[in-house]
Amino acid sequence: MSRLRIAFLTPTAAVMGLLFFAPLLIVFAYSFLTRGAYGGVMRPWTLEAYDRVFDPLYGHILWRSLWIAAVSTFLCLALGLPLALYIARSASYKTLLLNLVMLPFWTSFLIRTYAWMFLLRDTGLINTALESLHLIRAPFPLLFNSGAVILGLVYGYLPFMVLPLYATLEKLDPSLLDAAADLGASPGISLWRVIIPLSKSGMIAGCLLVFIPCLGAFLTPDLMGGGKTVMIGNLVQNQFTTARDWPFGAAISLWLMVLVLFVTAFLGRKGEELI
Amino acid sequence: MESVLELRDLTKHYPTHQAVNCISLCIKPGEFFSLVGPSGCGKTTTLRLIAGFEAPTSGEILLNGNSVTSLPPYRRDVNTVFQSYALFPHLTVVQNVAFGLERRRRESKIEIREKVKRALALVQLSGKESRLPSQISGGERQRVALARSLVLEPQVLLLDEPLSALDPKLRKQMRGELKSLQRRVGIAFLFVTHDQEEALSLSDRMAVMNGGRLEQIGAPRELYQQPKSRFAAEFLGEVNWINGTGVRPEATRISSNSPGDSVSSFTAVVEGSTFLGDCVHVQTRLPDGAQCTAELRRQECPFRTGDPVYVWWHASDELHFPIND
Repeated sequence: MSRLRIAFLTPTAAVMGLLFFAPLLIVFAYSFLTRGAYGGVMRPWTLEAYDRVFDPLYGHILWRSLWIAAVSTFLCLALGLPLALYIARSASYKTLLLNLVMLPFWTSFLIRTYAWMFLLRDTGLINTALESLHLIRAPFPLLFNSGAVILGLVYGYLPFMVLPLYATLEKLDPSLLDAAADLGASPGISLWRVIIPLSKSGMIAGCLLVFIPCLGAFLTPDLMGGGKTVMIGNLVQNQFTTARDWPFGAAISLWLMVLVLFVTAFLGRKGEELI
Repeated sequence: MESVLELRDLTKHYPTHQAVNCISLCIKPGEFFSLVGPSGCGKTTTLRLIAGFEAPTSGEILLNGNSVTSLPPYRRDVNTVFQSYALFPHLTVVQNVAFGLERRRRESKIEIREKVKRALALVQLSGKESRLPSQISGGERQRVALARSLVLEPQVLLLDEPLSALDPKLRKQMRGELKSLQRRVGIAFLFVTHDQEEALSLSDRMAVMNGGRLEQIGAPRELYQQPKSRFAAEFLGEVNWINGTGVRPEATRISSNSPGDSVSSFTAVVEGSTFLGDCVHVQTRLPDGAQCTAELRRQECPFRTGDPVYVWWHASDELHFPIND
């Protein structure tokens, strides 16, 4: 390797090594230790934390996390594909529309989540409006349930689906769609037989970018789920804060990571087969 | 004979310009018809209007006497060979060719397989069935594009500069194949090109387009020998302009001695010659400054730069246009 290449790689390698791999090693070590009375860890080394990971109670939380993340990802895809297609095919408003997709990033995710809560809570804008119009008698339970969590996740991660999809669709040769129509394919068939197969790499990238953070999400389920819809991210967070069980928190984190790696590898291989 | 495709006063306006301006045209069954003109003359837009990718501002398109003007492209019995071929990169050669048949759902799977096989044999692509478009050569892609459209046996096949992406040698070869293919399948071809030589050599009839209008329609020989406008004359070949009379270089004679009084001749000075392989172009300049090029069939030029010569031609070789040009 040339000196220049090493010089270019060093900053990134240093940051990753110091701030990513080292903490990961610490987490790994913690997961084999015993919990301290006031947080922290102490010896002896033990496998106890991993024993508890497979407790049915936590299996239930894991399962819920998986399906909430999967549903959110699917909804992002269903909403994001038409949007990305529209942006890619629009002639004059491309930049404006892309900027609108990225606009939410200008405000903190926390503030935006609170804004959603303001809209959805019992005394929020939507329920108040419906009540004052006498469409409902009691407030509609819009917040603090799985639906609200999914809504929050879809809202938060939709741009991560739209942007890679847009990047793929933008490169799609428009004459292919002309050709499909010319050969008798209605717009629906064109979408199914030409657009979707040719945007698979973008779909896989988008799905990974949405599914992985959704699976580990803790802010959205905490605020929009109101603590009732506990996801695996909340479980980890609790272990390091209120429960003060760092080894168990570390063990779940690693277990989650293995799961994510598995999903990534699976989708990555699927993608290679298709492309 | 009834026409298979008819355009009636077809017009397409864009906000910035008028791409196609009141075009009327009839194409007969089995005819090889070329639309030729410089880039931006509206020939590709005309093709896209017929295929249905764009809606005309006014006018009508009739296929076998029925108006298809308001039909979407997937309901029109015409097919297009695109300039870039537009093969589906994720589908194999066979899947590309079968795409249209599968959409139509008229044939069984076995029939589709048979038809695809025959179409691929027709364009000499047997043996490449399971390749992807990225795994075959440019000439082969061209053949796949042809097979993909021809397999549907459309009323008219539209070809948008299909040879322009090929290298010159292959282009000449494909030109010959295209013509014999068209004769074998008997489908009317509407061929769009900016290459006048292609149009002249391939067509039964052709039209010269300029600025969104049709300048002239006719058989290649007729257009070349009796162009109705200066534009058509100059687009289809070189023209010498002497005293307002046009004459083609191959009809222009050049000699050291006066040809006599039976023809009108002009004195000129040789300015140079260009060797073109099968012929030589001798450039001369008349006393009034006009340039005149004569084509010599022999490969050696007996004239040197600075030689005084006579240039002349037979009156029957002169090109005449209506005054308004």
